[in-house]
Amino acid sequence: MLESYIRDKQKQKDLLLMTHIVMGYPSFDDSHAMVKHMVAAGVDLMELQIPFSEPMADGPVILKANQKALEQGATVAKCLAFAKDMAAIYPIPFLFMTYANIPYRFGMAAFAKTTADIGLTGAIVPDLPMEEGAEYLQAMKKNQLSPIQMFSPGTSDARMAQIASIASGFIYCLARKGVTGAQTDLSDDLAQYLARCRKAASVPLAVGFGIKDRADMDFLAGRADIAVIGSETIRVMEKGGVAAVRDFIQGLSRSA
Amino acid sequence: MKHRGYYGGFGGAFLPEILIPTFDELVSVFESAKTDPGFRNQYETLMAQYSGRPTPLTFAANLTRHFDGAKIYIKREDLNHTGAHKANNVMGQGLLVKKMGKTRVIAETGAGQHGVACATMAAKFGFDCTIYMGEKDVMRQRPNVFWMEQLGATVVPVTDGTKILKDAINQAFRDWVTNMDTTHYVLGTACGPHPFPEMVAWFQSIIGIEARQQILDLEGRLPDRVYACVGGGSNALGLFAGFLDDPVELVGVEAGGKGIDTGFHAARLSSTDAGAGIAQGYKTYFLQDDDGQMKETHSISAGLDYVGVSPILAHMHETGTARFESATDAEVVDALKLTMRSEGIIPALESAHAFAGAFREAPTLSRDQIIIINQSGRGDKDIFTVADVLNDPEWKTFIQTKAAQYHA
Ligand SMILES: Cc1ncc(COP(=O)(O)O)c(C=O)c1O
Repeated sequence: MLESYIRDKQKQKDLLLMTHIVMGYPSFDDSHAMVKHMVAAGVDLMELQIPFSEPMADGPVILKANQKALEQGATVAKCLAFAKDMAAIYPIPFLFMTYANIPYRFGMAAFAKTTADIGLTGAIVPDLPMEEGAEYLQAMKKNQLSPIQMFSPGTSDARMAQIASIASGFIYCLARKGVTGAQTDLSDDLAQYLARCRKAASVPLAVGFGIKDRADMDFLAGRADIAVIGSETIRVMEKGGVAAVRDFIQGLSRSA
Repeated sequence: MKHRGYYGGFGGAFLPEILIPTFDELVSVFESAKTDPGFRNQYETLMAQYSGRPTPLTFAANLTRHFDGAKIYIKREDLNHTGAHKANNVMGQGLLVKKMGKTRVIAETGAGQHGVACATMAAKFGFDCTIYMGEKDVMRQRPNVFWMEQLGATVVPVTDGTKILKDAINQAFRDWVTNMDTTHYVLGTACGPHPFPEMVAWFQSIIGIEARQQILDLEGRLPDRVYACVGGGSNALGLFAGFLDDPVELVGVEAGGKGIDTGFHAARLSSTDAGAGIAQGYKTYFLQDDDGQMKETHSISAGLDYVGVSPILAHMHETGTARFESATDAEVVDALKLTMRSEGIIPALESAHAFAGAFREAPTLSRDQIIIINQSGRGDKDIFTVADVLNDPEWKTFIQTKAAQYHA
């Protein structure tokens, strides 16, 4: 499944790249163009965010993208249809990213089944920690989907072990405290924390929050398996248009 | 972390992983404080010396005569230092911040009363303080912004979303996930992730415990009904806490805004417009659409203008432990005018909802029945809103003259 895809890809690259878009921002047509350019530029996995009115863990860039998408009429139904199209056209794994209320209102079981039916491989729901996620975890498992778990620098070793025991696909390691989008200081502390993550989990590790350039990728290679780029692609798109995203991603993509 | 903080199906702690250690620390500090009689003593002494507690229970003789029904008593939370029940909660949390050794506090505020109370507490305890406030509320509640800043707090207007209370809460959480090592988020009401609902209700219970003793002293019996307004629900839970084991009817009054049928309101429990959902870290009734996106709310009072409601109240609603009503903006202004003229008391627009709810029912009760209305705060802060509604010509002239002076 997701993990074996990642292991396979690692034969060609020493660090995979996962990107993120907010579906419907600035429009669904632009979202499609972003996916197309990103896949062409060598992105290995993608997060498709279903916008939510209260994106608690997102910084200003993604927060604004969520609000704009909703103002422009992005509904859950439209996002599901869009995701289905993307999964049918492009040969990489797609995951949903959203907040707990979206699958909760849809119905956890129905949400997981639909996610599987339309060909996605998993979901990232930052405000659904394992303590609150029993129904969600069960529904995802039943549909052979990966409910991506998270580590943060403050997560204790004991808790990491617990989280790792239910993890599937990969674990998303937050590079620092804070919300998406702000600068991350790539330091010895981060290296030590990633070593701790590595020790706790056997699944691949993705690292995100503030990853934005070649130097960040060089730092992460060998320490993690996947680099996650979120806010920075939105910034690039806002400045240079959708086509600029392609050059930006091409400049980051690595080979082994 | 265990599966804690549930009230029936509501509550919980829907937290990003990054905040889990911070909440574990908060839960354990609160648990130890709660079971330590010394802590409650310290808290009550502080409230007596600094905030003027116990607040009186005032017999409203003229209102009682006017309605010719139940005897009306008013619990005077407006006489707390800083003018609202919010002081009870912030001083309590302030003591916990000291225990945790943190040096900075942040808070959200709607009406500004919680912001002022928090800035006051920070000044007293020597903490740095940042207050997040929706841009729309900054406009509505300017006098409170002025005082927060004079007290040394930084007030950050929030321009995201609907620019009111819920958006200020999101912004405070964003600050917290970055700065939790030094910072405590002093949530202002009995909402949010566990342990906030329980913790805020525990500090506010001082209201109801006092009120119960006071009515027994004055009347030798319990009241028949008690009324409180419901924003997040902290003052209501505070009053209700005194009567949970008694045969007393608990009535919460929400913001009916322009009317329940208009869609412009913030009635989560007393309308059928809200449904169960998960946001801002907890599960409760939210005013939301079918997809789960939060809706815009409306109320004349910034403090009741919130999309969610305490999970404890949501549970009390489901189990019928408390009854929930709403009062429209227009009813609230009438209740405010009547209370000012007949008792010489100026309730906050939030509190005036409780008065409006009680006034509707008082005439239907008999003279030997007793009700208590919680006056959660005083109305000075609402001077601009109320003057607008009353269309007071002399006030307008005053504002124009003042504005002209600033231009000069
Ligand atoms: C005076 C006053 N009453 C009531 C409220 C509503 O909050 P709660 O329902 O938590 O008491 C507020 C909130 O700002 C307030 O300032």
